[in-house]
Amino acid sequence: MSRLLILGGGIAGQTAALHARRKLANNHEVVVVTPNSKWNWIPSNIWVGVGVMSVDQVTFHLEEIYKKEGIVYHQAKAMSIHPEGDANSSSPFVTIEYTKSGIEGTTEKLTYDYLINATGPKLKFEATKGLGPENNSLSVCTAGHAAQTSSALDEIVKAMKKGEKKKFLIGTGHGNCTCQGAAFEYLFNIEYELRRRGVRDKAEITWISNEQELGDFGIGGMHLKKGGYITHSKVFTESLYSERGIKWITRAHVNEVEKDQIHYETLDGKYFDETFDFAMLLPPFSGVGIKAFNKAGTDITSDLFAANGFMLVDGDYGKKSYEDWSPEDWPKTYQSPKYKNIFAVGIAFAPPHPISQPVSSPNGTPIFPTPPRTGMPSGVMARQVTYNIVDMINGKSDHPTREASLANMGAACIASAGTGFFNGTAVSMTMYPIIPDFNKYPETGRELRYTSGEIGLAGHWIKHFLHFAFIYKAKANPLWRIIPE
Amino acid sequence: MTKRDPYGQNYYTPVPTNFTKRMRTNLFWQFLRFLTINIKMLRMVRKH
Ligand SMILES: Cc1cc2nc3c(=O)[nH]c(=O)nc-3n(C[C@H](O)[C@H](O)[C@H](O)COP(=O)(O)OP(=O)(O)OC[C@H]3O[C@@H](n4cnc5c(N)ncnc54)[C@H](O)[C@@H]3O)c2cc1C
Repeated sequence: MSRLLILGGGIAGQTAALHARRKLANNHEVVVVTPNSKWNWIPSNIWVGVGVMSVDQVTFHLEEIYKKEGIVYHQAKAMSIHPEGDANSSSPFVTIEYTKSGIEGTTEKLTYDYLINATGPKLKFEATKGLGPENNSLSVCTAGHAAQTSSALDEIVKAMKKGEKKKFLIGTGHGNCTCQGAAFEYLFNIEYELRRRGVRDKAEITWISNEQELGDFGIGGMHLKKGGYITHSKVFTESLYSERGIKWITRAHVNEVEKDQIHYETLDGKYFDETFDFAMLLPPFSGVGIKAFNKAGTDITSDLFAANGFMLVDGDYGKKSYEDWSPEDWPKTYQSPKYKNIFAVGIAFAPPHPISQPVSSPNGTPIFPTPPRTGMPSGVMARQVTYNIVDMINGKSDHPTREASLANMGAACIASAGTGFFNGTAVSMTMYPIIPDFNKYPETGRELRYTSGEIGLAGHWIKHFLHFAFIYKAKANPLWRIIPE
Repeated sequence: MTKRDPYGQNYYTPVPTNFTKRMRTNLFWQFLRFLTINIKMLRMVRKH
């Protein structure tokens, strides 16, 4: 009997757990450790944040699904990994701390044969003074944050209906944020929602981000075929902002968020302020802070994790200049180089370097997006890693045979820009590969056939379809596995 | 949206014509786009 222990029950962890349970014989155990009792389809939090959906529509209870599937579930968070065991035993284990009410704070050791770390990001609001829903800005990163943001929106709309003008500030709250796509989507939904509620004329909407140019999205942007030209996504994105009367500030690192204004620095080293009545600013991400110890109890966290808390896997982490970056630097099997039975997938693995070129202001402040790891690649890598582990458990191979490099994988980003079956729209962006490869595609680094951007009703239909399809799949309903990652 | 301010952000950006805007919610055209985008996404996932 082998035990596969999965840390994190988010998009990647759930994909891994369901595939593992389906593929492994019943004498093997699949165990999930995750702190929340509910699963959340995070992309739809955007709709919760504008009041179009409720928290219940984007979440469901995990316990019954795991019971039905025969997956062992611990509502807990992983605290430390002991890949060599401890003084008493050589079996590797993870120390977990329960978050379930009634047994909160109790700890337990869970041994494993194989470990998948799918713990996603820590939302690092503390990186910017005053940032976050417990301070002076709002967030849509969790369903709870999004519900709070929706209430704040209702309040401000009430004031606008009385004739008051209000300033909205949407974007990234730190120079090293990622996930610009999520903030971009929220921006467009806010704009649409204010129009729908009849108060758009009372709103000044400003985008602020750490991108070098609009349309960067942490991937250096992408080149698209448009009207007989190959144009950068900057052109397409600026057009969308301009059409909606949205102002933009780019190359910005937010230093501090006060009650009604932010202080920020731009890449040219200058400092500015911007006032707001409503600010939704994303935090930077880091790893969740799991520690690691060897058999003797010595802290070996830096052997397993990068300084930012993400797990080191089979990427090339050597320091290189931008010119020397190569698609080959990116991990393929997500296996820890030190402990071969440990893997990290989704946001939890450490990228070898950014995708957008790193730049700093003359004051030495780094202002550039860190690499995004969206839902589709997170799901694909979770599935491939799981299949590899299943083969290793079944003795079919002693090493991972399938690969899932971001340099060899495409991504799609569907950003809703208004709901309504006949008049909703969404921006649909696809790209292949995620990591530009100028050897294979010398002109733009990506295959133009698969790299596209457009806005229309079709995108809205897809976004809605994805909402239902992915929740259906995550609930392991009949035929879930024919829904691709 | 106006192009009145010659040195403003909006002055330099392309903006959609009325035809382009109408096509964004034209059911027939959008149904074709729905199929195209889905096929593109499926092919990308299937590469793995
Ligand atoms: C607002 C928003 C909108 C987005 N929209 C899109 C979109 O439209 N399309 C898209 O592709 N992507 C989108 N993304 C990105 C997408 O949500 C992520 O790519 C995806 O969630 C990553 O999956 P993951 O499993 O790595 O992390 P997560 O889904 O965050 O899951 C991590 C899990 O680990 C758990 N965990 C945390 N700490 C521990 C611990 N110590 N021990 C055990 N478990 C732990 C967490 O509770 C969570 O359940 C969006 C993100 C945001 C924030």
